[in-house]
Amino acid sequence: MPRSATEKPAKTNAHRPSPAAHRAGGDRPSAQLSREQIVDLYYWMRLTRTLEERLVALYRQTKVVGGLFRSLGQEADAVGCAYALERRDIMSPLIRNMGAMLVKGATPVEILKQYMAKGDSPTRGRELNIHFGDTDRGFIGQISPLGDMIPVMTGVTMTFKMRKQDRVGLVFIGDGATSTGAFHEGINFAAVQKCPLVVIVENNGYAYSTPTVKQTAAKQFVDKAIGYGVPGEQADGNDVLAVYDVAKRAVDRARRGEGVTLVELMTYRRKGHAEHDNQSYVPDGEIERWATENDPLTRYIDRLRDDFSVTPAEIEQIDERARRVVDEATDEAEKSGLPQALDALNGVYADPPAEKPLWFREGSASVVDQHERPVGWGVFDHTAEKEH
Amino acid sequence: MAEITYLEAIREALFEEMERDVNVFCMGEDIGKFGGAFKVTEGLIEKFGEERVIDSPISEIALVGAAAGAGHMGMRPVVEMQFIDFLANAYDILTNYVATARYRAFLPCPMVVRGPSGGYVRGGPFHSQNPEAGFIHTPGLKVVYPSTAEDAKGLMKAAIRDDDCVLFFEHKYLYRRVKAEMPAGDHVTPIGKARIAREGKDLSIITYASTVWKSLEAAEILEKEDGLSVEIIDLRTLNPLDDDAIQTTTRKTNRVLVVHEDTRTGGLAGEITARINETSFAWLDAPVLRVTAHDVPLPYAPSLEDYVLPQTADIVRAARSLAAY
Repeated sequence: MPRSATEKPAKTNAHRPSPAAHRAGGDRPSAQLSREQIVDLYYWMRLTRTLEERLVALYRQTKVVGGLFRSLGQEADAVGCAYALERRDIMSPLIRNMGAMLVKGATPVEILKQYMAKGDSPTRGRELNIHFGDTDRGFIGQISPLGDMIPVMTGVTMTFKMRKQDRVGLVFIGDGATSTGAFHEGINFAAVQKCPLVVIVENNGYAYSTPTVKQTAAKQFVDKAIGYGVPGEQADGNDVLAVYDVAKRAVDRARRGEGVTLVELMTYRRKGHAEHDNQSYVPDGEIERWATENDPLTRYIDRLRDDFSVTPAEIEQIDERARRVVDEATDEAEKSGLPQALDALNGVYADPPAEKPLWFREGSASVVDQHERPVGWGVFDHTAEKEH
Repeated sequence: MAEITYLEAIREALFEEMERDVNVFCMGEDIGKFGGAFKVTEGLIEKFGEERVIDSPISEIALVGAAAGAGHMGMRPVVEMQFIDFLANAYDILTNYVATARYRAFLPCPMVVRGPSGGYVRGGPFHSQNPEAGFIHTPGLKVVYPSTAEDAKGLMKAAIRDDDCVLFFEHKYLYRRVKAEMPAGDHVTPIGKARIAREGKDLSIITYASTVWKSLEAAEILEKEDGLSVEIIDLRTLNPLDDDAIQTTTRKTNRVLVVHEDTRTGGLAGEITARINETSFAWLDAPVLRVTAHDVPLPYAPSLEDYVLPQTADIVRAARSLAAY
């Protein structure tokens, strides 16, 4: 039974990962958000979760043709960071920042089409999952070799500086990718050049199966800021308002010409690296503890009720809206077909605009044209295997 | 107009392009006040300031990545590798990020990565490399490697204006050894077009960069001593290859020798040989032969380096055996 709006919530840090390290100082920009914006933050987190749940269903139906990556439990850090940006700013998200992309204007139908490799997906079926971007809406898709986006965003924000534009960049990196050379070179160069760049280190506990204790001997990632001569702040990544506050402070610093800030957000990856990962390496009870004690949506619903008088009915309306948006997007995405095979040869370069088909493919529009059934693709026969 | 060196020609192209287009800027190690290890960028910082001539940390990944990011935003960065050998440090971001950006994400990377390349200078294993083959193999990158001062300037201007990433290999042996008068006006050499360095009818040498000059020396000897008329094709652009030029000379002389300074296995000569085999086998009077470096890291001592790298005498010997086939 919901408590009344007047009843004070039990404000405890007990379930937070590292309260002592919560050294984020200064003002709280979230105090300036309107009630509408406060509620909006919830919508984006809910939309993220609902959309990912739909993707799981589609994955199980084999309609998602590749891997599926979840951000369950990390919705607050993605949404809160992106909410601190203006449209003209450029963000580089990671695989677990779908929520940030939604805030920045990516649509559920685009994401669904990407996962389903549709011909009219943002990358026309060339890239997977949420690896896509749009510089007009202000996001640049990541690539799989982790860390590379830091140097790229150094260049993006160096351009803002050279052109004296009132724009900033924000780049996400995981705990694991802080071990790459690209991270080090990129943040160091950006720091030297005083680029208007915010570097968000999402510490979700694991890089694939590797826990942070095997990733770094540093006690906390925020300490790395010292080595680069930039301010560092750490915040509770599962508290969307705390995320917004720390991100907004860093964004404002960048906009004022004060250069790079490194932000560490403490969160937790409740699903595996991808859907196939059974998380056998996670200690018993850890995932359940985070799910029951520190779910960013549950926590925010409590907060909305206690501090902003948002009723359960209002929450239910938002949840319904997210479901409707995802339903409509799914219907829309399912209508599209796979790309035309020959489109594979277009656009490697501006000039020449297309590669020529190799002679053994000349005159055929696809592999299927040539072989009614691709040679060597049989049906796996379990009985035959047993006989061996 | 006075003659200028290959190195000065590159510098002149940088000056002219930075003057022409405010989006062009340079980044690299020691390229500012110091003017770069070989002085290619000398004078740029005085003229364009440190906002457009950026001295960077020793960070090849950051340089290439930042160039890509700036390119996405409409800039046209020119990155210097202090030695092209250090391009290997940026191999991931160049091949995985830059080369794929247009194709997978419709993000252009109009950028140039340039640097001193090649041997014959007693530079040892890390200041003498010719790593072009690894990048030619990567769809999405263009690769040029001029042999003359005119082309050094013209190709640099074309590379800066190209809408994709161009790797610009500069031969450090040629930097101050070859000179030419620059063509008047806005001199741009088109990317993807080879040049006939010498006309001939008996056999063809397909080559690029330093070995164009060694092939020219060889051709003189072959003409004088053997009465052979040798045609020399200077590829200039290594990706995309000028298939028409390769095919035309093959079908004209019917005997082809491919020469490069790079090591043999997996080198460009193998690719050229395969293409000739696929398109012009019936025109050949002899198998396509290769003169290349030996498959070893490049050693320092003159006696070692000269043995490993292809020399004029090697080209003469190979051409004779091809002519006699």
